[in-house]
Amino acid sequence: MNAFVEPATMPGSGVTKGEVLLSVANVSLAFGGVKAITDISFDIRKGEIRAIIGPNGAGKTSMLNVINGFYHPQEGTITWRGKARRKMKPYEAASQGIARTFQNVALFKGMTTLDNIMTGRGLAMKKNFLWQCLHWGPALKEEIVHRHRVEEIIDFLEIQAIRKTPVGRLPYGLQKRVELARALAMEPELLLLDEPMAGMNLEEKEDMSRFILDVNQQFGTTIALIEHDMGVVMDLSDRVVVLDYGRKIADGIPEEVQKNQDVIDAYLGVPHEE
Amino acid sequence: MAGSPVVERLDEDTFPKILLRNAVVFKDRPAVREKDLGIWQAWTWAEVLDEIRAFAVGLKGLGFKKGDRIAIIGANRPRLYWTMVAAQSLGGVPVPIYSDSVAEEMVFVLQHAEVKFACVEDQEQVDKLLSISDRLPMLEEVIYDEERGLLDYDHTKLHSFEAVQEAGRKTMAGDANAVKAWEADIAASKGDDIAVMLYTSGTTGQPKGVMLSFDNLVISARNGNRFDKLDEHEEIVAYLPMAWIGDHVFSLAQAYTAGYCVNCPESAETVESDRREIAPTYFFAPPRVFENMLTHIMVRMEDASKLKKRMFDHFMEVARRVGEPILNGEDVSFKDRLMYRLGELLVYGPLKNQMGFTRLKVGYTAGEAIGPEIFRFYRALGLNLKQLYGQTEASVYITMQPDGQIYGDTVGTPAPQVEIRIADNGEVLYRSPGVFVGYYKNDEATKNTKTEDGWVLTGDAGIITDEGHLKIIDRAKDVGKLKSGDLFAPKYIENKLKFFPNVKEVVAFGDGRDFASVFVNIDLTAVGSWAERNNVNYASYQELAANPQVYRMIEEHVDQVNRDLSREPMMAGAQIRRFLILHKELDADDGELTRTQKVRRSFIAERYAPLIEALYDGSTEKHVRTEVTYEDGRKGAIEATVQIRDMKIYEPEGGVTREAAE
Repeated sequence: MNAFVEPATMPGSGVTKGEVLLSVANVSLAFGGVKAITDISFDIRKGEIRAIIGPNGAGKTSMLNVINGFYHPQEGTITWRGKARRKMKPYEAASQGIARTFQNVALFKGMTTLDNIMTGRGLAMKKNFLWQCLHWGPALKEEIVHRHRVEEIIDFLEIQAIRKTPVGRLPYGLQKRVELARALAMEPELLLLDEPMAGMNLEEKEDMSRFILDVNQQFGTTIALIEHDMGVVMDLSDRVVVLDYGRKIADGIPEEVQKNQDVIDAYLGVPHEE
Repeated sequence: MAGSPVVERLDEDTFPKILLRNAVVFKDRPAVREKDLGIWQAWTWAEVLDEIRAFAVGLKGLGFKKGDRIAIIGANRPRLYWTMVAAQSLGGVPVPIYSDSVAEEMVFVLQHAEVKFACVEDQEQVDKLLSISDRLPMLEEVIYDEERGLLDYDHTKLHSFEAVQEAGRKTMAGDANAVKAWEADIAASKGDDIAVMLYTSGTTGQPKGVMLSFDNLVISARNGNRFDKLDEHEEIVAYLPMAWIGDHVFSLAQAYTAGYCVNCPESAETVESDRREIAPTYFFAPPRVFENMLTHIMVRMEDASKLKKRMFDHFMEVARRVGEPILNGEDVSFKDRLMYRLGELLVYGPLKNQMGFTRLKVGYTAGEAIGPEIFRFYRALGLNLKQLYGQTEASVYITMQPDGQIYGDTVGTPAPQVEIRIADNGEVLYRSPGVFVGYYKNDEATKNTKTEDGWVLTGDAGIITDEGHLKIIDRAKDVGKLKSGDLFAPKYIENKLKFFPNVKEVVAFGDGRDFASVFVNIDLTAVGSWAERNNVNYASYQELAANPQVYRMIEEHVDQVNRDLSREPMMAGAQIRRFLILHKELDADDGELTRTQKVRRSFIAERYAPLIEALYDGSTEKHVRTEVTYEDGRKGAIEATVQIRDMKIYEPEGGVTREAAE
């Protein structure tokens, strides 16, 4: 009854837990004269929860966009599963096992929760358009397999009650959860979460935190997240990288980062209370 | 059909024995369904036997012995129900606990019941148990159903349900005698063994553990099945707390004895849609569920198109007129029958489908009084909704309404094999095969509740109507007597008045006095909208309450209540002689109501002593000053001159028939 997506069924990468899954080396990104990111290097290890924090405009979202191939940095290299790359299309990134959610919910509002999550399986569906139109034989069989996966995710995120509800009618907190579900449906190796808890109340934040930890533990998914709520960041993440004006000012475990004077000056204001 | 010889074999007197029988008789019929991953997964009776057997043998391997108690904590899940029967098969006693209790509340029950094992639903419940484990030295092993989030917990005392079953299957594969030993254990169990311990929520003091034997449950369940002709073709949805006697009897005792299928919803939030998919044939719900459903329908009808709305109104009118008579099998004209048929096609059918009642054979409501309007609505649709009166101590059934004899204000005739008696103080007593064995480790409470010869005190005061139906009027301790010796049941009078939408709250006085009188609080929303429609100006509650037209309106209501009371021999003496409308709304901030909006009678009697005095000294008005507390804690005072009205008293109808009680 409690079947989950086994980590073993994830797209194989050969990277084992604790090894570097993705590294960013000396990356710089500019839009005309505006330097969004300047000479940033850090890495993400397999199986960890990595937080990227910084004040508004520090370049956090740009960094995520660089990682998933939406922006192409002018300088520097990105190494993904041991292979260096500079340019990559977002769909290539997706097929390589990188999924993401967005700062502003980006779902298909008129579609049901179920259909939205099913779109996350699009890349994994192999039957061509004609078969899909027929919705019979191999195409139907394929859909059943994918629907099963999607149902496991629905069960995991406890959204059974809204399975058939159009997403536009859902409260914000649930929409965020549906977005996470869709990203999970891709069975990513690296999950990028852009402010997963923005605009949520305390209870929704606690729920979301638990889901993020569960995803990390149960699916073995590596997670990189941007978040403003310091309590959440310090509790959830294994390592934190801090950006300010497009530069990296600190990198390490939460306790270290909290005590770093540059970070306090730039962002935290006061030391985070225990 | 229930009543067939297979169902009635008397040596099948425990649930494990009945399970063995069902696995043969109903082999391929579904016993349990659970919606999982969006699909209804089913287990046949034979498969259920296999699951329970594997788990029971595994449980034995963990050291579970005869007489041990196992706590069951979680939502309605097949495995938790199986655990109960598995424990019973080993001579153990399941103790279901309300899963929404916080850990602190669980401590008492777990300690008191000396629970050695626990089978819980998920991580949430495991965490609760771990947080109080230092106070539960007796607790040895914890078994969980849902493994999510529990992978890296210390598993020395923690086991997954599957792992226990796996161990059981291994034992059975290695030792051919294991199954025989298990069946021998079952054969050794007797009808008078304790089957389950259910802790009553206990509004006063600590909860009490009600011990019910197999005989209690099996006989009561068979009686219930026979009463409503329930058989293996029924479908029910298990959605009420497992620790509650109702769920235990409907989802386990009656399901096993009748062999019907129990459907477990996907999650607590999906109960509504799951019910629609299953369309249960037998359904139980407290009144608020029916209220909510009705409100939901009405709200949605407000948004419907004009045509639909008119169609709905028209056919509901037809249903209100002829629906109940048709349901009761009375004579109805051909034209009305035809209209009702058409209504069924256009309105009632789709409506029932929406609520998941298309196949409903019989539905029950109990727990508290259901509003007569709500009750009638469902019956008018052709749904056989009935009321019953029950208690944990009675294995549910005390009285139930037989088909065709449905009265909104009574709870029916004594259930099969139940005897009922009204004590001198008006308290309802009953004696039946379902009467509990005793309270666990609480002989004093047992003695206070159960007499030597097996009568149980319900704590409720009631009367028996001319039709032989029981009518519950109040809690026995609140019932008093007028100076004339007539019975005075405050809540009964209050509820009668509160059924009028214009009346929000009522407080009745009369115990030890010459006559009954009441304080009335008008409902500001209802009376306010009446005032708006009738161009009555008012600036405050106080002004509206003192309005002569409002007084006249309430006077009519009180008069109506008096007429009603005069028709009831037991109650005719307690007609309302005088009443007044309070100058302020009763408020929890002033301590007049509890936080759950119940009237605090003694406090009000003290606070408004001058007004009560005025009710009984014959004055027609009284000036009072009352201190009030505003929401921000500041204090103020309201002054008013409150009018008091005298009411007409009606001659009792139907003569003196107080002996009808027996």
